[in-house]
Amino acid sequence: MTVKQISVFLENRAGRLWELCDVLGKNGINMRALSIGEAADFGIVRMIVNEPDKANTILKGAGFTVAETDVLAVEIPDVPGGLAKVLGALKDKGVNIEYAYAFVARSGDKAIVSMRVDTQADAETVLEVAGFKVLSADDVYNL
Amino acid sequence: MFWDEKNEAMSRDEMQVLQLSRLQATLDRAYSKIPFYKKKFDDAGVKPAEIKTLNDLKSVPFTTKNDLRDNYPFGMFAEPLDDIVRVHASSGTTGQVTVVGYTATDIDTWAELVTRCIVLSGGTKKDIIQVAYGYGLFTGGLGLHYGGEKLGAMVIPMSGGNTKRQIQVMKDFGSTILCCTPSYALYMGEVAAEMGIDFKQLNLKAGIFGAEPWSESMRQEIEAKLNLKAYDIYGLSEVIGPGVANECEVQQGLHVFEDHFIPEVIDPDSGEVLGPGEQGELVITTITKEATPVIRYRTKDVTSLNFEPCACGRTHARMQRVFGRSDDMLIIRGVNVFPSQIEEILMSVEGTEPHYQIIVDRQKALDEVEIQVEVAADIFSDEIKRLAQLSGLIEQEIREDLGIGAKVTLVEPKTIQRSEGKAKRLVDKRDLAG
Repeated sequence: MTVKQISVFLENRAGRLWELCDVLGKNGINMRALSIGEAADFGIVRMIVNEPDKANTILKGAGFTVAETDVLAVEIPDVPGGLAKVLGALKDKGVNIEYAYAFVARSGDKAIVSMRVDTQADAETVLEVAGFKVLSADDVYNL
Repeated sequence: MFWDEKNEAMSRDEMQVLQLSRLQATLDRAYSKIPFYKKKFDDAGVKPAEIKTLNDLKSVPFTTKNDLRDNYPFGMFAEPLDDIVRVHASSGTTGQVTVVGYTATDIDTWAELVTRCIVLSGGTKKDIIQVAYGYGLFTGGLGLHYGGEKLGAMVIPMSGGNTKRQIQVMKDFGSTILCCTPSYALYMGEVAAEMGIDFKQLNLKAGIFGAEPWSESMRQEIEAKLNLKAYDIYGLSEVIGPGVANECEVQQGLHVFEDHFIPEVIDPDSGEVLGPGEQGELVITTITKEATPVIRYRTKDVTSLNFEPCACGRTHARMQRVFGRSDDMLIIRGVNVFPSQIEEILMSVEGTEPHYQIIVDRQKALDEVEIQVEVAADIFSDEIKRLAQLSGLIEQEIREDLGIGAKVTLVEPKTIQRSEGKAKRLVDKRDLAG
């Protein structure tokens, strides 16, 4: 169960992130999660949105460089040490995390974390065996 | 002060007689000994015997850098390899070098010409000459070296780099003349300041700077910082190396040694010869070189010629400081770079045709190169480390292939300025004209 993440290359200059969000907002795309990774001259915005394919088309049409990547969305107990438990399960099985970020939305009393790992299928099994809920794409887009 | 007053100050009439006889001999030799020239002349319907005046030279076809490259390595030699005592080489558009050869006589001629350059720059046998041009296939180092020795001066063969040691030697040995690229001279000024060495305490009196374009304002900056008089030297390996032309103390243009080279300025598009004072591409014919004579060689350097007598007493024509290039070649810290070479590297790294822009600037005296590359969808990765690896790999390839350091910046698609659909490949922010 993977969730489509939309990644966008942005130059590091004032107003550029606004332009990205503005075009999505005007086209009725709702964000579920957002993270920004930055290097010296550029940043990569990663996000989970309600309609990833539509967002991809819109952004490409607006001249952005866009990529789609599969990520895992995992429900975690919203208590101290909640994320640590998830990560512990992955660590024990040698799954490496490339990056991770939290959702804006919540699922009941649970928080949600989006993560990109090196071995996606393994990680999903590991997490489920360890008792965590890996959310489906529909779960996430319709939060 | 002359090194060779008879030849440097001969009347224009005498000069033209000398040039014509040497030109005719050169054309005969090139035609009979170099198949490339025979074919070129035959194709153009030109016979060396038909060149009866200097004015007839304009009917002779041009020679280009591509011609030299096509005849790599030794196809342009007019003498058997047995009689060649030295080769030098320079880089070309595709990384393929062009090779020039020297007979023992050529080496002696070259040394003689560089000696003139040093004397024009105020040098005498009492001087201590620090040669900080690179030694090797590049003509700069050995060219100045032999000229300095022929003059009877003391030569310090430092070659380029190792800047702190250069300055230490300059101080300890009491160097009086510094030879290097102008940008390196300015860089030395900065390093010396960091070392706490004041040029007023040193013995430098003159600098012989060339191998890259520089401006009048840069001359003033060098003279102020290094406390010396800065002279412009001109040459290119295809012709002989440094020693084609040099400024005298009047510093209103560089005297082209017309007893060895015939300079012309042409319209780079039509090939038509332009008159005195008109700006165009410099074309040079060697008239004394044995091993690799070049006939109407297109230098791609843009300048103009002044045939008025000079206050220094020399009659040799003066070329204006080189204004720029008639092609897109860049000279970065003395290294010749064509945008096409950078494009090839980008293509080999990315696997597709990139949109890029090369921005050259001169920060803190040294040329800085930034290459902006648009991130197209097929090279985009959502992992920062992959993108960082990509730009790092491009920087590494450029350093290894071209020998220059460049900073690669990834930018968004369509952000590089395009004119008529074509991206502007080069932005040169260096003030080379001022």
